[in-house]
Amino acid sequence: MTTKTSLLMILSLSKDNIQIVREQDSVFLKNRVKEVAVKIKMGLVNQTRLITAASELVRNMLRYANGGNCLIEIVSSGKINGVRLTFSDKGPGIPDITAAMRDGFSTGKSLGLGLPGTKRLVNEFEIKSKVGEGTQVTILKWANG
Amino acid sequence: MDRIPILRMGAFLLVTIQVDLYDRLALTLESDLVQMVNKTGAKGVLIDISAVSIVDSFMGRIIGNIASMSRILDAATVVVGMQPAVAITLIELGLPLKGVHTALDMEKGMNLLKSMIHIPQEDDDQDLTTDDSIAE
Ligand SMILES: Nc1ncnc2c1ncn2[C@@H]1O[C@H](COP(=O)(O)OP(=O)(O)OP(=O)(O)O)[C@@H](O)[C@H]1O
Ligand SMILES: [Mg+2]
Repeated sequence: MTTKTSLLMILSLSKDNIQIVREQDSVFLKNRVKEVAVKIKMGLVNQTRLITAASELVRNMLRYANGGNCLIEIVSSGKINGVRLTFSDKGPGIPDITAAMRDGFSTGKSLGLGLPGTKRLVNEFEIKSKVGEGTQVTILKWANG
Repeated sequence: MDRIPILRMGAFLLVTIQVDLYDRLALTLESDLVQMVNKTGAKGVLIDISAVSIVDSFMGRIIGNIASMSRILDAATVVVGMQPAVAITLIELGLPLKGVHTALDMEKGMNLLKSMIHIPQEDDDQDLTTDDSIAE
């Protein structure tokens, strides 16, 4: 089964929307992600990967788009459960996503690890962006994937 | 303003991070520590992160910065108690904390620091007078 079709069969079991405006909001978000990860009995290493990924994406949202929104969902494929996070902002957008996904690419004089590193930590990673409109990054981590 | 306390113990500075840091707190710790190394002439910095459940690229970079700035000031840095899940995640993220020494616990970290630095002493063979630890 390909990734695309499996994504279509994912069912959302719970939704929680969190506004990200200030740096401290990321602490709150990480705690909520932790709660849902524990709820679906996600293993400790996977929890750590997921929360670290969330931390990277929140920082990007705060730094490059002045904040945004994070949707936390518990999802199910029928057999297994997972946590899906959707980060949406109305920032400047990313002109070249391929470049932004490369290790070491940064317009913020940083390490350029956030996006490519996040992708390595999760099971599904999707990024959509339109210059002048905003950016949306969706990640999914299965409980024991 | 929130601050992480830094303890001084002889030639060493000790920091125990008890909370998950947000960026500004981590930056404050970085500058506090470097200033303190400079002011006290400390020879070693011990950072206990056993209570830290998440180290992302920012936090990892701060730890790296503390180590490299301390090195310039002639102090060694040892990070103690990193949880295995954190270590795995850091490597996958692509930040292997190069140049930062690590140890399993405080005691091992302290021993590692002592072995790395050179504290001027008179004669190592005569250990009759110098031991001021708890004698029972
Ligand atoms: N939400 C966003 N809105 C606009 N641009 C973004 C957004 N997220 C990332 N970018 C752009 O993509 C680049 C790469 O992001 P990435 O997180 O990989 O690296 P970084 O943030 O520059 O460095 P690091 O995360 O290692 O500190 C950024 O430098 C920025 O130009
Ligand atoms: Mg980033």
